[in-house]
Amino acid sequence: MKSNPKISSLFDPAILRPAVREAFQKLDPRHQFKNPVMFVVLVGSLLTTGLYLQALIGPGEASAGFILAITLWLWFTLLFANFSEAMAEGRGKAQAANLRRTRKDTPAKKLLKPVFGSGHTIVSATDLRKADVVLVEAGDIIPMDAEVIEGIASVDESAITGESAPVIRESGGDRSAVTGGTRVLSDWLVVRVTANPGETFLDHMIAMVEGAKRQKTPNEIALGILLVVFTIIFLLVTVTLLPFSLFSAQTAGHGLVVSVTVLVALLVCLIPTTIGGLLPAIGIAGMDRMIQANVIATSGRAVEAAGDVDVLLLDKTGTITLGNRQAVAFIPAQGINLSVLADAAQLSCLTDETPEGRSIVILEKQNYGIRDRRIHDLQVRFVPFSAQTKMSGVDLSGGRQIRKGAVESIENQVKKLGGAFPGDLQSVIETIAKSGGTPLAVCENNRVLGVIQLKDIVKGGIKERFAQLRRMGIKTVMITGDNPLTAASIAAEAGMDDFLAQATPEAKLKLIREMQSGGRLVAMTGDGTNDAPALAQADVAVAMHTGTQAAKEAGNMVDLDSNPTKLIEVVEIGKQLLMTRGSLTTFSIANDVSKYFAIIPAAFAGTYPALKALNIMRLATPESAILSAVIFNALIIIVLIPLSLFGVPYRPMPANRLLRDNLLIYGLGGMITPFIGIKLIDMILGLLHLT
Amino acid sequence: MNGNNVIQILFYLTVLLLTVKPLGIYMAQVYEGKPSLLSIWFGSFERALYRISGVKFEASMTWKEYAGAVMLFNILGIMAVYAIQRMQAFLPLNPLALPAVSPDSSFNTAVSFASNTNWQGYGGESTMSYFTQMLALTVQNFVSAATGMVVLVALIRGFVQKQTKTIGNFWVDLTRSTLYILIPLSLVMALVLVSQGTPQTFASSVKVTLVQPMKDASGKPAPEQLIALGPVASQIAIKQLGTNGGGFFNANSGHPFENPTPLSNFLEMLAILWIPAALCYTFGVMVQDRRQGWALLAAMLIIFIPCLLWSAQIEQQGNPLLTSLGVDQKPAAFQPGGNMEGKEARFGIVSSSIWSIATSAASNGSVNSMQDSFLPLGGMLPLWLIQLGEVIFGGVGSGLYGMIAFVIIAVFIAGLMIGRTPEYLGKKIEAYEMKMAALVALIPHIFILIPTALAVLLPAGKAGILNPGPHGFSEILYAFSSASGNNGSAFAGLSANTPFYNIALGLAMFFCRYWLIIPMLAVAGSLSAKKIVPVSSGTLPTHTPLFVFFLAMVVLIVGALTFFPALALGPIVEHLMLAGGNLR
Repeated sequence: MKSNPKISSLFDPAILRPAVREAFQKLDPRHQFKNPVMFVVLVGSLLTTGLYLQALIGPGEASAGFILAITLWLWFTLLFANFSEAMAEGRGKAQAANLRRTRKDTPAKKLLKPVFGSGHTIVSATDLRKADVVLVEAGDIIPMDAEVIEGIASVDESAITGESAPVIRESGGDRSAVTGGTRVLSDWLVVRVTANPGETFLDHMIAMVEGAKRQKTPNEIALGILLVVFTIIFLLVTVTLLPFSLFSAQTAGHGLVVSVTVLVALLVCLIPTTIGGLLPAIGIAGMDRMIQANVIATSGRAVEAAGDVDVLLLDKTGTITLGNRQAVAFIPAQGINLSVLADAAQLSCLTDETPEGRSIVILEKQNYGIRDRRIHDLQVRFVPFSAQTKMSGVDLSGGRQIRKGAVESIENQVKKLGGAFPGDLQSVIETIAKSGGTPLAVCENNRVLGVIQLKDIVKGGIKERFAQLRRMGIKTVMITGDNPLTAASIAAEAGMDDFLAQATPEAKLKLIREMQSGGRLVAMTGDGTNDAPALAQADVAVAMHTGTQAAKEAGNMVDLDSNPTKLIEVVEIGKQLLMTRGSLTTFSIANDVSKYFAIIPAAFAGTYPALKALNIMRLATPESAILSAVIFNALIIIVLIPLSLFGVPYRPMPANRLLRDNLLIYGLGGMITPFIGIKLIDMILGLLHLT
Repeated sequence: MNGNNVIQILFYLTVLLLTVKPLGIYMAQVYEGKPSLLSIWFGSFERALYRISGVKFEASMTWKEYAGAVMLFNILGIMAVYAIQRMQAFLPLNPLALPAVSPDSSFNTAVSFASNTNWQGYGGESTMSYFTQMLALTVQNFVSAATGMVVLVALIRGFVQKQTKTIGNFWVDLTRSTLYILIPLSLVMALVLVSQGTPQTFASSVKVTLVQPMKDASGKPAPEQLIALGPVASQIAIKQLGTNGGGFFNANSGHPFENPTPLSNFLEMLAILWIPAALCYTFGVMVQDRRQGWALLAAMLIIFIPCLLWSAQIEQQGNPLLTSLGVDQKPAAFQPGGNMEGKEARFGIVSSSIWSIATSAASNGSVNSMQDSFLPLGGMLPLWLIQLGEVIFGGVGSGLYGMIAFVIIAVFIAGLMIGRTPEYLGKKIEAYEMKMAALVALIPHIFILIPTALAVLLPAGKAGILNPGPHGFSEILYAFSSASGNNGSAFAGLSANTPFYNIALGLAMFFCRYWLIIPMLAVAGSLSAKKIVPVSSGTLPTHTPLFVFFLAMVVLIVGALTFFPALALGPIVEHLMLAGGNLR
């Protein structure tokens, strides 16, 4: 996320002003009813408003001024909570508006036949449907999410990813997906539309940031239950206090029964309004942080699950190692001329669009001076790479079959045709594998010509990232098609816990299933179509934005930056989301201790003067004590809005230490802070002669 | 507090902790179906029982079947106890020819004994025939304790098993709890009590001539006294061991026949906490991580021990009003000092304090002194321990499964605070478990606060109050706390054998017992079906001092926040008034 317009200032008036207006609109009981804690506050506020009106027109249960002050602050409590939610939504909406600007209705060149050069008609992008084929040329905006079927072009995707450098999109391979709203800078593409209007990536993204489709996550539901239970408990406590007070006044023979206003004030102070009020904002802000990290999640559930991940499966290529393996040397088998090997290798690579294939062609050009050949000049049939055979190559006229691929596959192929794998190559292969390289064997019919050495370069800084994951309690597993020796060497170099070598899609799927049945939560990043089954099986699956449509559909998150280690940030955001909820819940409940010491002596000293001993804060008068507690309770919501929007910071450390730190800050802090706050408010009220 | 007090408390705790491990291991053996000496001797008897009753003992039950069996068994038990009381005049072993017990009292007593509460609205020796005491009450003493234990065991299986639908067989668990644990322990205990002088006889009461003639309540001279006897020892043993608490005599363990000597007093005090404490160890053994068992026991102890010390301290200091009048309340060679009102001179301050704290912590409810006569804060501690939900030891089985409900709440909050979906012993805690744990924490609160509010509002409730002022309020609050916590001890000073109290308390006991058992079994079923998440460095360890402390804080905070206002209007204000020297 580099140049996306970010909203980081809390005090952006463009967000503040509508948030204030919405805070009032959200007083609608139908909205409040969704949040039981705040609904109780609404009922309480209505009740004291009624009591105030009664005190105005006739004898009230307390002085009208006192009831009014309490009533006003109860309404403020509601408004502050609504405001926090509106703020979080406002920030999301501002982002959605930015995104929406890119979704203009663009004209599209719908092709009559799915081939470049066939005639086209101009239609509106909104009229396009799945499977329509469209031509986009330099300067055109890609009208809809689509897959490239022909051509190669550079595309400016900054509208979606914020990355200003153009990216290459081409047919076949893992870089074939294009997103609606992005612009082709050079050349042309023929694309097949993959989404109907309203279902595109951009639409998902806008819905996500607007929170329109936000569903409660499992932990949110469980926390909701806990908060409702606390609310019921305190409702019981305050409701039964009325008869208790009645009885006490009777049996003591003097003193007034506690007023309903005071009981409502006590109730609102006790129920967890801090977390109850901020809960919606925390959830929305969590999604917002994901967007800021340039990750689009299909559900809040996936974000939350990310915080629980035990195992992270990472594809080696492009993740752990720098980009792609590069061919560095040709090593012919005994009795084979180097040029024969190089020639065969080049032939086998002519249609190989994989980066490795290209690197072989480049190496030949640079070192062996073999020139480009025109494919059409040769009478050849191409055998494409498949995940099962793990080979590719060409069938030439005259029965020549040239294959290149993993050593094992070539060995099988040669043996099948009655040949043998030359012994002298074994030691070469082992040397290459041990050094972290990948040997690629080349054969012609049943004769092994030699080996191409491919080399991986481990990304800088990746080792530290994995160490960080380990501190979070997450095991990293490298997945690679390489042989075990190569895999072990690279895994060790990158500091990973484990590896899966010679991975086929089936092996990946099996590994994930095994880990899941062992009770582990598995996360995986992937981009290729052959990753799709494993992505669909993983609990948290991050597809790269540059990846294929199949991969994106199988995953439950898409990383716009296509940075495979982004998962670390996703995990942090998931954890932060939970931690913010947990910490504010603890804070909210810990607050109640001080509120009892403020309100109980104030409410009952009339009946039992001895209870004044519990007024340990030495608050001036019963009225100012109760009012101070209510004011503190309302203001703390405002004070904690920034924390709920930005989240409790997460640092990777053992769970026990994390709990200790957060308990000290939010538990002990939550117990002490209100004593100070209430006393201060009481002193200010005294200074202002408000009570 | 003096040195003698400290030594007594230390000795008590040491012996208790030393005996936890052997009993804990033995109980785990019984529940895991491993062979022991007793199961070798009585195994064929056990199997014969299943054959006769048609129990398919190999068949494991789903939680719903298990809960159904628990309810069926307990409701039949309630009906049987009710029927025996109503018909006792026509039944044998009734030497005093006692008449039928009133319907409301019978209902109350039936629920009381089936729910392991043993609240007694009646005087035992003057109401219940020997037949009723033995076949209705003592039988329930055994099976109500066993019911608590089997629910706990089913819950433990929920943690241990993975991806299974069943949680064990209720009938087998019930039979084994009774046959291999409760009966042998009670037998030994009863014999020891008999050796100390506790009667065990079918003989009728004995009439004796008083050495020093007295006058009765109406002022007439009373030269003779009836001394009640009966099959006492057998009932006292299980009453202490099974956290029942229902005495044979009205004076409970303050009565010299229930509790004749210092040794019997010590053993009876020990028996109150023995099984509940040892079950923590059983838990550790069965979940294959003994540290988890110790952690739960530690969480209980860090609430229990301060209460114990504080109670002894308060009672030893004596009544401030008497101090201000110049009365010497200091301990000396010829007096224990402190507040001796309502305490047995034979037991003194510390034994009374230990007993009152242990009996309220453990949902036992037996007494050896009158808690109504404790100083306000000395009386508040037992009251508050009950209100914590009877999870500090608590009833046999029920205390620990209640504590596990709090563990679920604690790991949930702690899990959120470290940013991880909460798990306990490898089982993920999700919305369903939270819902059930929340019910377990919530229901006793409902049945304490609402009936107390009704009682202080309604004339029928206020009629029972014998003491004016905040103390009267404490008495009602205590009665409903005791019933809801299935404790059964009484603050006394409240005439509770009236239709209003019998029915209200009976309902509180019923719902707070079974409305907790069913959700806990549901948790067992739900956990049993889950996978076990392997431990990683991101897992929150639940055996550390930090978690133990946090768990204790959750229990304390929930209890304190719920009951602070009510306690403020009862014992707290009474204490403040007493300290200020002004009782009005």
